[in-house]
Amino acid sequence: MSTTSWGWLVLAFPALGTIVISLGYKRLGRGLAGTIGTLAILLAFVSAVAGLISLQGHDEHARQLTASLWDYAVTGGVDARVQILVDPLSIFMALVVTGVSTLIHLYSVSYMKSDRGNARYFAYLNFFVFSMLLLVLAANFLLLIIGWAFVGAASYLLISFWYRRETATRAGIKAFVINVVGDIGLVLGTFFILRYAGTLDFLGTFRAVEAGAFASHHGALTAGCMLLLVGAFAKSAQIPLHTWLPDAMEGPTPVSSLIHAATMVTAGVYLIARMHPLFEQAPAAETVGAIGGCVTLLVAGTIALTQTDIKRVIAYSTMSQIGYMIMGVSAGAYAAGMFHLLTHAFFKALLFMAAGSIIGAMGGAQLLDKMSGFKRALPFTFLCFVVGGLALSGVVPFSGFFSKDEILAFVGARGGWFVILYVIGYVGAFLTGIYTWRMIFRAFFNRPVPEAVELEHGHIAHAEFPTNPANGEREDTEAGFPGPEHVIAEREMPMKVAMGLLAIGATFLGALQIPFVTHVIDTFLEPTFADSKFVNVEPSDSLVWFGMALGTVVALFGISIAYQVYVRKPGTAARLERRFKPIHTFLFNKWYFDELIDFLVVRPWNAFGSFDRDWFERRVIDGVLVGGTTGIVKAGSAAVRAVQTGFLRYYAALLLLGGAAVVLYFLIASS
Amino acid sequence: MSAVIFFIASIGALAGAIGVATLRNPFYSVLALVCHLIFLSALFLLLNAEFIAAAQVIVYAGAVTVLYVFVVSYVGDGSVPLGPGGVRLRNVALLFVGMLFVELCIALLGSGLKAIDTRGATNLGDFGTPAAIGESLLTKFLFPFEVASLLLLVAAVGAVMLARRRRGGTTIDDEPYDATRYITPRSLFSGTMAEAVGALHAPVEEPTKPRPQAPVPAPTRGSGSDGSDSDDDTQEG
Amino acid sequence: MDIGWYLVVSALIFCIGAGGVMTRRNPLVILLCLELMLNAANLSLIAFSRMHGNSDGQIFALIVMVVAACEVAVGLGMIVAIFRRKLPVDVDELKELQG
Repeated sequence: MSTTSWGWLVLAFPALGTIVISLGYKRLGRGLAGTIGTLAILLAFVSAVAGLISLQGHDEHARQLTASLWDYAVTGGVDARVQILVDPLSIFMALVVTGVSTLIHLYSVSYMKSDRGNARYFAYLNFFVFSMLLLVLAANFLLLIIGWAFVGAASYLLISFWYRRETATRAGIKAFVINVVGDIGLVLGTFFILRYAGTLDFLGTFRAVEAGAFASHHGALTAGCMLLLVGAFAKSAQIPLHTWLPDAMEGPTPVSSLIHAATMVTAGVYLIARMHPLFEQAPAAETVGAIGGCVTLLVAGTIALTQTDIKRVIAYSTMSQIGYMIMGVSAGAYAAGMFHLLTHAFFKALLFMAAGSIIGAMGGAQLLDKMSGFKRALPFTFLCFVVGGLALSGVVPFSGFFSKDEILAFVGARGGWFVILYVIGYVGAFLTGIYTWRMIFRAFFNRPVPEAVELEHGHIAHAEFPTNPANGEREDTEAGFPGPEHVIAEREMPMKVAMGLLAIGATFLGALQIPFVTHVIDTFLEPTFADSKFVNVEPSDSLVWFGMALGTVVALFGISIAYQVYVRKPGTAARLERRFKPIHTFLFNKWYFDELIDFLVVRPWNAFGSFDRDWFERRVIDGVLVGGTTGIVKAGSAAVRAVQTGFLRYYAALLLLGGAAVVLYFLIASS
Repeated sequence: MSAVIFFIASIGALAGAIGVATLRNPFYSVLALVCHLIFLSALFLLLNAEFIAAAQVIVYAGAVTVLYVFVVSYVGDGSVPLGPGGVRLRNVALLFVGMLFVELCIALLGSGLKAIDTRGATNLGDFGTPAAIGESLLTKFLFPFEVASLLLLVAAVGAVMLARRRRGGTTIDDEPYDATRYITPRSLFSGTMAEAVGALHAPVEEPTKPRPQAPVPAPTRGSGSDGSDSDDDTQEG
Repeated sequence: MDIGWYLVVSALIFCIGAGGVMTRRNPLVILLCLELMLNAANLSLIAFSRMHGNSDGQIFALIVMVVAACEVAVGLGMIVAIFRRKLPVDVDELKELQG
């Protein structure tokens, strides 16, 4: 089987899974939907592995293969084909996506087992994986945009999965609207690039750029890349298009772990990495990307210090880590950024899964304030949290350490003003240590709360009636609400298997790219990034050692501060909060971004819409256009209706008049 | 000789026609129609259409006008004055009719048919005899003949259906017979039997005796024309 | 007499009938004037048939007479029905079929 056939199979299995589940869900019964979904993604993963093996069988310089299924519209100026590109970068992304997705599907089989929307969930999840794979395997801008849009749609469907909750539906709409803003950026960027490159195909565009198609249209290239960045920022939740990500935690926890940790939010990173030939010719866009990523990682880190919902802490941590990745790929550290994407997928998915477990133990509540002392009650979950937390904070020898340091080393090696980004990167690492372990220490140490005590005695706490964790209102367990059962990892084998595999990955994946020792990712991705102008930027050895040391110190320092504040002296947090109240409020309200966007964008738009509806729509459209047309018709028909008087004699007269006219006509015509 | 007969017949026909169109009393109009039909059949005879002339007198003047007489007697001889604006309408109608006549004459006489100025075909044979008509009807025009009989059947059935009593409706036959509804007061010296027998003394404008109003049943028809009031109008002189 | 005379008489009778239809209010009289118009048509048919020497015109006239008879039957039936429902027998009053 050729490599590209494996690529098509990778796409085909999730698509097939979606179709089978969504069409047959009535017949499938409760458990079968999950099995089919997981199996579909597992088969996709196997196909991706086979594709990898097949790809590596090719010569090093011929590892960018395309295969076209159908020429959709190949006409003047546009070549739109249904075409996939199998090259190291896309296979890498496909492996990450399918691998983590398989484990998350496995986890979901247990987590969503009592939910009435079980089949719908797996159909949506398979659809999401299909769209993400379409995005990463696309060989031209058309399929990229299609995959991008589908991923946004799947995200909306899954965020508002528990659709009877108003908070969930609002969050879904918010995510979708901001994603659409990103879509506009992506499409407009494509237009700018297509105009001078002349082809939608990636490889063709890159060749055109190298051949100088944009030599005299540099502004168009920069504009195009900036617009692509808008798309990337929206999808990857970077400032200022980030406000949807914390709200997206309304979705079920496996959804958060898949879409908003491991895959969808990394689409922006993938985009910039894929478009690197374009970005390298437009340094302004690269600068914006790097600065945006850097700002995000700092801001998100500060916000995460104060959040009380456990899922939101992890969400802001995602935002922060994606900031690292965006900063990395914008600065030119493509392989490093991809490596961090891989490791982050593992440990973040693990953290979310573990969070799902502890939320289950709390009977559905998500507030960190209410969690305490679960260490003895949830040993496996605690272990997973610890592994994930160490990986996230970047403690040696966990995977996060190697990937984060590699990015920062590269950024430092770029020199110039990138040093500022380097410093901020380590500040961010310090904050990461603090907020991650704040979460872990608060939830698992100190005195056990009643739910933990109950669990130690063997049964999971259940709230008296189900409530919406976001706003506390009472709800139901019908369709559109979460199911009645709460699951914890300790009792469910699928969850244990999934979390275990992820924990192993989070621990050992660092071995792929140990500095000076292994370069698996670098060499693997080399065919894609060989044409990069940063290919020869290597951080000096001393910088690397310095970075590793600094990273370890910073992380351990952060962990120890968190330990001091939350374990050794439990009242410290409250005291600090009181002393620095304004700062705390500012951070707790997420730097007031939501309010700012509401003021700048939402309110003017609403006002415009109301004005339009009340004045323009009513007067002009209804009054003039619709009313005018119907008025003319009414007047015309009223005029014609006047003939129907009902008088017989009128009719007789008209008849005779008509007859006379006909005779007259013939008389005149024949003379 | 035939010219004289022609003129007499045509003047009679025209007089009858004018009488139909203008006489007030519909009964008199029917009589004028009979007169017109008979003179018209004389014209047919002049044109060698013997069978048609006979059929005209028998069928038309005989049967159709009898039908008319029956209905006129049943419905009553209400002669209605012209309504508001009626005089102007009548003048306009007369003007239009005059113009129509002129136009038809131009059409007919100026049509360029040479044979109009002649007396018609010369070699006639059995033209217009019943034998010839009958043979045509049964050979060349068999289909129209049969269809015409079907048409008559349809008309007969239709007429019966139209005039029958409907379920749920009340008709004029439901009321007790009130003779005074049908006796229109007449002016003196107009020749009514009432006057002849000495029952009529006063002028017509007020009734001779108070007419007991027959109890008018509640209106039963859905579409709102109130029949009872204008019904009286129809009967007034 | 020449055929043309008959045609003029026919036209005149037709126009008198048309005037009666347009002017009178009693539906019975309107039907009578309609008969006049039909008779005028008959006369001109017979005249033309005499002109050509072909008796087809006479057959046509015969059928027209049949049609006239049917129409009279139905029309009178309708007038009787109107009268029996105590509606005014006056075409100016019967004007509900209006738009």
